[in-house]
Amino acid sequence: MNDSTQTAVQHRDYAGAKLGMWLFLFTEILLFGGLFLVYSVYRSMYPEDFHEAAAGLSVVLGTVNTVILLTSSLTMALAISALQRGNTRQSVLLQGATIVLGLVFLVNKYFEWSGHIHEGIFPNAPELLARSHGQVQFYGLYYVMTGLHGLHVVAGLALIGIMLSLTIRQRITREDNGKLENAGLYWHLVDLIWIYLFPLFYLIT
Amino acid sequence: METNFYNTPGKHKGILAWVLSTDHKRIGLLYLSCMTAFFLTGMTLGLLMRLELIAPGRTLMAASTYNALFTLHGVIMIFLFIIPGIPAALGNFMLPLQIGAQDVSFPRLNLMSWWFYIIGAAVAITSLFTGGGAPDTGWTFYVPYSIRTGTNVSLAVFGVFLMGISSTLTGLNFVTTIHRLRAPGMSWFRMPLFVWSIYATGWVQLLATPVIAITLLMLMAERFFGIGFFDPAKGGDPILFEHLFWIYSHPAVYIMILPAMGAVSEIIPVFARRTIFGYKAIAFSSLGIALFGYLVWGHHMFTSGMSDEARMIFSLLTFLVAVPSGIKVFNWVASLYKGSIRLDTPFLYIMAFIFLFSIGGLTGLVQGALATNVHVHGTYFIVAHFHYVMFGGTVFAFIAALHYWFPKMSGRMYHEGRARIAALALFIGFNTLYFPMFVLGWQGMPRRYYDYLPHYQPLHVVSTVGSWILATGILLMLYNLFRSLRTGEKAGDNPWGGTTLEWKTSSPPPVENFEKIPEVTTGPYHYQ
Repeated sequence: MNDSTQTAVQHRDYAGAKLGMWLFLFTEILLFGGLFLVYSVYRSMYPEDFHEAAAGLSVVLGTVNTVILLTSSLTMALAISALQRGNTRQSVLLQGATIVLGLVFLVNKYFEWSGHIHEGIFPNAPELLARSHGQVQFYGLYYVMTGLHGLHVVAGLALIGIMLSLTIRQRITREDNGKLENAGLYWHLVDLIWIYLFPLFYLIT
Repeated sequence: METNFYNTPGKHKGILAWVLSTDHKRIGLLYLSCMTAFFLTGMTLGLLMRLELIAPGRTLMAASTYNALFTLHGVIMIFLFIIPGIPAALGNFMLPLQIGAQDVSFPRLNLMSWWFYIIGAAVAITSLFTGGGAPDTGWTFYVPYSIRTGTNVSLAVFGVFLMGISSTLTGLNFVTTIHRLRAPGMSWFRMPLFVWSIYATGWVQLLATPVIAITLLMLMAERFFGIGFFDPAKGGDPILFEHLFWIYSHPAVYIMILPAMGAVSEIIPVFARRTIFGYKAIAFSSLGIALFGYLVWGHHMFTSGMSDEARMIFSLLTFLVAVPSGIKVFNWVASLYKGSIRLDTPFLYIMAFIFLFSIGGLTGLVQGALATNVHVHGTYFIVAHFHYVMFGGTVFAFIAALHYWFPKMSGRMYHEGRARIAALALFIGFNTLYFPMFVLGWQGMPRRYYDYLPHYQPLHVVSTVGSWILATGILLMLYNLFRSLRTGEKAGDNPWGGTTLEWKTSSPPPVENFEKIPEVTTGPYHYQ
């Protein structure tokens, strides 16, 4: 039966919510873990092919995106501490900045992907299949891993968007900001996964 | 009339009072009713398969239909019934009661998990009737066939993916609940053992399910985009799929059995009127099983192509899992010593559990040994083995727990006489159905085959007859429980004389579970 008021009071359990969030982040790491496992298997099977294939990726674009995502993590962390100091306006601005940076990341990614697709390098494309097995696997992993990561960026942006609106409507406040902190944790995880994707795909040539 | 969670009005009316409820008790019953329906569906498929196998050659259906049937039977029984199983149904209902909490940590997430489950189930069932027809890959969705087949694998796999999310979130919820919401005075070693088992299960759900999620996503990506992860023509490796699949699906075996073991540990002290022997050993062995369970997936692949070192290590680890399982069995039996035993239905099922689970466990060792594994791999021996563990183990414990907690959930007692007859029919039917499969497997009858050599027929006939006895027992058991919902005697708060917290509140419990949150001062099984 729905006694939302009472359970809402009872379950404003800060430590519990944090614990739940960390557990959720574990599951996200394991989700990507499956792909990292596949990556390590094929990397060890085809080290030279991976080396060559990675030359096809733009280190500049990758680096720019890394900087963008790292900066967005910073703005997110600052948004949380701004709210904890009671500066709602600043927090709103910083959350907005995080969203903008996330969007810029996605736009970059879009150009990067469409560049490759334009060259005929995408899964099952004749151009790609003509290359070595390792290259096929490299680009397969590249699309699946950065694609799944991209989906996580989208989810993170939606989440921060909700937090932003809750902050504006005073539903997330200095006293009660666990939700924002959890959204921040999620965003840092998205960032963290990219930190691993970046060297594994862009920097191994 | 006493107020309880059934008759207290909430925000919604009618069916919405159930499907939109965040009350863990209602969600538990939602799971229970859906699972019962799915179980009966899976059982019907099983009956049809057995009927087809009563004679060699075509009896009832075409070979392709048979392939679809065993796939569905597996998918429904595993993903729709036994994996959510005890934790989602009875765990949801009993966990907060047993730790003296008002609800789980995240009630809305709990409701969302049920929605993921039911939508996933709907998607999986839709896959049977749409696209290229019902999947025919077996429940393991092995590549390369699952990539090539024209049947509706993608949709079925997506349904399983959604149910995986449900399972993960349930595990997350329960682990958090156990950490945060125990009643004052309930230290870790005053928790009922069912809670310990749900805790261990929760970790397995959290740490294993994401791996199947990504594996299924990769399978879908293969089917839609032809990436080539598992396609040797593109440099991929089909064996890798088997590894990824079993990295989840072996721990999933413990998602199925651990809560059942918890239920056994709960029922034995109550019906022996004696505290459990080796409380800590049982609690830690749950964690031990959860831990070792991660490291043995390779024993599903002894004949798939692996190095000898890997096979020996996996074999060794497999034997090690038997140790915590053995600890449990010995402690359960030791708990009965000098007990004052009541042979009521829950206890009858528990005795059946110990007997059948021991057979299932010991035949597991036969397959854990490399030399014998090669002989029995992919035969009816394995079919018999996992039905002994999963059905004889988990489902018998599930039924035991269902009878044990029935008075708490419904407020009424079931009919004892009918329940005992059903228990007997289940036990006899079960052994008649599955024991011949050990022999058939040992003689070389391969699993999943539609046709067989005539000399296997006598045992196939015995097995099919067993399936009828078993089904009769199940129907009688369910009929008895449903009928008792209306006609059963009032149960009172504590009909069994249990000492755990769920018996300290009324039956059925009020919305908030307890009039006043109890203070815990002793261990869970405090018998004088």
